[in-house]
Amino acid sequence: MTVAERPPRPAVAEVMHTPLHRALGLTDHELGVIGGRLGRAPNDLELAMFSVMWSEHCSYKSSRPLLRTLPTSGPGLVAGVGENAGVVSIGDGLAVAFKLESHNHPSAVEPFQGAATGVGGILRDIFTMGARPIAVLDALKFGDPSSARTRRLVSGVVRGVGGYGNCVGVPTVGGELAFHPSYEENPLVNVMAVGLLEERDLTRAAAPGPGNLVVLYGSATGRDGIGGASVLASATFGDADPQKRPTVQVGDPFAGKLLIEASLELIERGLLEGLQDLGAAGITCAVSETADRAGTGIRLELDAVPRRETGMAAFEVMISESQERMLAIVRPDRIDAVVEVCRRWGLPVAVIGRVTDDGDVTVAGADGVELARVPASALTSDAIVYEREGRPPARSRRAPAPGAPELAHDGLPERGMDPGAVLVSLLGDPNLASRAWVTGRYDETVGSDTVCGGAHGAAVVRIKGTAKALVMATDSNPRVGALDPYLGAVSAVAECTRNVVITGARPLGVTDCLNFGDPERAEAFWQLTEAVRGIADACRALGLAVTGGNVSLYNESAYGAIVPTTQIGVVGLLDDIGRLVHPVFRAGSDVVALLGESTPGLGGSIYADHAGAVPDDRPPGIDLARESALQALLLDATRSGLLRSAQDVGGGGLCVALAECCLWGGIGADLQVTVGTAPAVELFGESPSRVVVSVAPTAWDALRSLAAGSGIPLRRLGLIGGDRLRIRLVGEGATGAAEERGAGVADEVDMPLDVLRRAWESGLPRAIGEAG
Amino acid sequence: MKVGVVVFPGSNCDRDAIHAARLAGAQAEPLWHEDPDLHGADAVILPGGFAYGDYLRAGALARFSPIMGSVREHAERGGLVLGICNGFQVLAEAGLVPGALLRNASLRFEHRWVRLTVTRRDTAFTSAIPPDVTLLMPVAHGEGCYTSPDDKLDALEARGGVLFRYVGPEGNPNGSARDVAGVLSERENVCGLMPHPERASERLLGSDDGLLLLRSLVTSAGQRLAAA
Repeated sequence: MTVAERPPRPAVAEVMHTPLHRALGLTDHELGVIGGRLGRAPNDLELAMFSVMWSEHCSYKSSRPLLRTLPTSGPGLVAGVGENAGVVSIGDGLAVAFKLESHNHPSAVEPFQGAATGVGGILRDIFTMGARPIAVLDALKFGDPSSARTRRLVSGVVRGVGGYGNCVGVPTVGGELAFHPSYEENPLVNVMAVGLLEERDLTRAAAPGPGNLVVLYGSATGRDGIGGASVLASATFGDADPQKRPTVQVGDPFAGKLLIEASLELIERGLLEGLQDLGAAGITCAVSETADRAGTGIRLELDAVPRRETGMAAFEVMISESQERMLAIVRPDRIDAVVEVCRRWGLPVAVIGRVTDDGDVTVAGADGVELARVPASALTSDAIVYEREGRPPARSRRAPAPGAPELAHDGLPERGMDPGAVLVSLLGDPNLASRAWVTGRYDETVGSDTVCGGAHGAAVVRIKGTAKALVMATDSNPRVGALDPYLGAVSAVAECTRNVVITGARPLGVTDCLNFGDPERAEAFWQLTEAVRGIADACRALGLAVTGGNVSLYNESAYGAIVPTTQIGVVGLLDDIGRLVHPVFRAGSDVVALLGESTPGLGGSIYADHAGAVPDDRPPGIDLARESALQALLLDATRSGLLRSAQDVGGGGLCVALAECCLWGGIGADLQVTVGTAPAVELFGESPSRVVVSVAPTAWDALRSLAAGSGIPLRRLGLIGGDRLRIRLVGEGATGAAEERGAGVADEVDMPLDVLRRAWESGLPRAIGEAG
Repeated sequence: MKVGVVVFPGSNCDRDAIHAARLAGAQAEPLWHEDPDLHGADAVILPGGFAYGDYLRAGALARFSPIMGSVREHAERGGLVLGICNGFQVLAEAGLVPGALLRNASLRFEHRWVRLTVTRRDTAFTSAIPPDVTLLMPVAHGEGCYTSPDDKLDALEARGGVLFRYVGPEGNPNGSARDVAGVLSERENVCGLMPHPERASERLLGSDDGLLLLRSLVTSAGQRLAAA
């Protein structure tokens, strides 16, 4: 008897007066659409399968129309959007796989396991492609660093990221840490992983060849993480959060390590036709996606799935998110070899089904009774899609009056400001201070490939046996995103690529993680739309493809939504590690200079957090053509070996960038900055497309003619040397403070490096109560 | 000269150790934990990682693995054995080196670059290290606090069994008694240390000081081979 023939049975929840589909997170409308796809009413098991697959998390039902607008093809791309991770060729038969992913909601509920399984999940995405994971980067966002909740979350998340990465032996080489009140109830845990593969080992997550075996290996299936995709990742947090704890998966890094080694061995020996990891929506997702990608079907024998506990219902087995499991498609003549490899790595392995040619995912129970039959496409590529309505918030719709003068000043009571004191306070801000408290919990040297870890700048990982290295960074700009989600996204792409380019590496592609609020709210959906438009514009201007990514919606709590957060990850290729440019000042008497120029606006800056900003002050704009020219110039300059150092001007502005160059290099500088309009804009403003460089005196003329040729402004600031950072302000805008205070002191920064170092090193531990 | 690097399922520095041992001039091959055969290795390295997950206690299960019986026999014959990080923990659990490694005093996993003094240059593990040189290499562990009763520490120091100590402003990363970073067995043919010499074997990676230690091991094993 097939499913269609059996009489409908009242659902359990229906008896209890809540229709089952609603209890599972499906709307009445969606229930109707499911009926349309099937040509009949779904049974309970099918409904459970649809509920997880049509969740926002798995179906991208709100964001899919937007994501189609991103540029997704580029040179060297061998696997892109729609695969587990983007893969880009880097020559010599090698390729790099990379992707960013969120694990926000699980980390809010159970920070240690949430973060650990976030790392485990993204690593699986990488090795599923046939790549050995070689690096992890974590981008973490929390609320008020002084609140007990934040401190508990920081501690748990950092232990979770380290606990997994350290154990599986993948170095955590970099990342980002930011605090903003909007993340108080809803922290963000975005993890990026990078892997290296021989191009011939590239493996697809597809189930080709009817008759092939469907093999499940790794951990046994239990009740953990039931409904994680639908209940946890696709709904706003409410009052009943403790009840959601069972929806968080539990990680086992040792099993994860075995899974990596076994999977890579299976791939290298050519034993697999396809491979898919089990993440959100468990077996249901893995079988429907692999079948749909290959245009085949899969018939599952439910009883063949190894269980961790007895008495599990069919739907629990089908949607469990138990970690560390893989689904492989294997030719029947190779199954013995596959079983042997799994056994040697101590992993349970079972044949749980066969590839069919009927396009359906069929679940068979005892004695072959058909428990569910659903077209694979209905669960994945043909899942429901919404054209949501986006609407900007009222205040942003107010256009400036035509012809209204644009104010160049920052509107702050900065006369009398002591820029040295401001610099110390900025360096101690937990958003800018040293992350050593975090990175010291992470093994960043395992693998013996880490050239530069997370202490400063982009991470650099060499490729053994070649002169090449991969440079990786992840960046976001949520403070600007809060004021203008489009600009927040554009500037994140620009900053992240710039951070890779300043080392001399050529960006290979962009991965994104979009962290936004409830898409059913018009304003939140507008923010998402703007961010995607920003990524698309920036990537097109810089000639880069989006190779894959992740969308995390419903990041809201009773206290409101998070600020729109577009996290960007970039991997670049450095052809010759000998040409690597560091962000640190190196030799005394080298010339320090600034490429690019500042533009007005302090909105969205860390300085504005400290000093207050006038409500109408906007963040500085960005000129993508200028950014592109700057990046081309930097690549030219590094290729010709001109630069001794290069550092991006980011959070905290020029002054913080200069201080970082000094602190990290352990050497001071004596500089002069011309202030045209306002000292705060010049020193602490965060206008993009600026880079601090240093060159040997003999290379100065060459740099000048290179910059002149590209139209990028170049200003000489002074010389490296000594053990203080001295910045004298000159020019029209610099006169006010000195006159009013009757002294010249306020018109310069003159700080011993020791003082700056103390502020920078103690900032984070002090903020989160871990000092001393 | 052949170095065998033991691979437990949760070893994660095995590749690094093989790579560095080759840089030090050895032939280096992996040895699978379930296979008691050392395949002719003249010296054995127990690498870092989490041998069997180490959920119980670091190294507690690994000492019972089939290959550890052979490693013990190799050591009893006077063969050279180097345990790095988790390898040190396994050696301590197996009683092949004295002392025990407890959780770090901070109760946290610690990764940082540390500096080591070398107390003696007349051992198989330090003969190639120039005098007055301190070694820069990373530590990365959660259980590296070297512990032993005071009288045993006195005896250990008296016989020259403390081979490496943490020094300098980078400090003692784990609260080890008397800043002990690495020790020698009584017969001085087995050495365990928490820092990672194999990760400090190339200037590009920040230090090649660790290579001095591995070169000592390779040279000593070669000399023993020639003498035998």
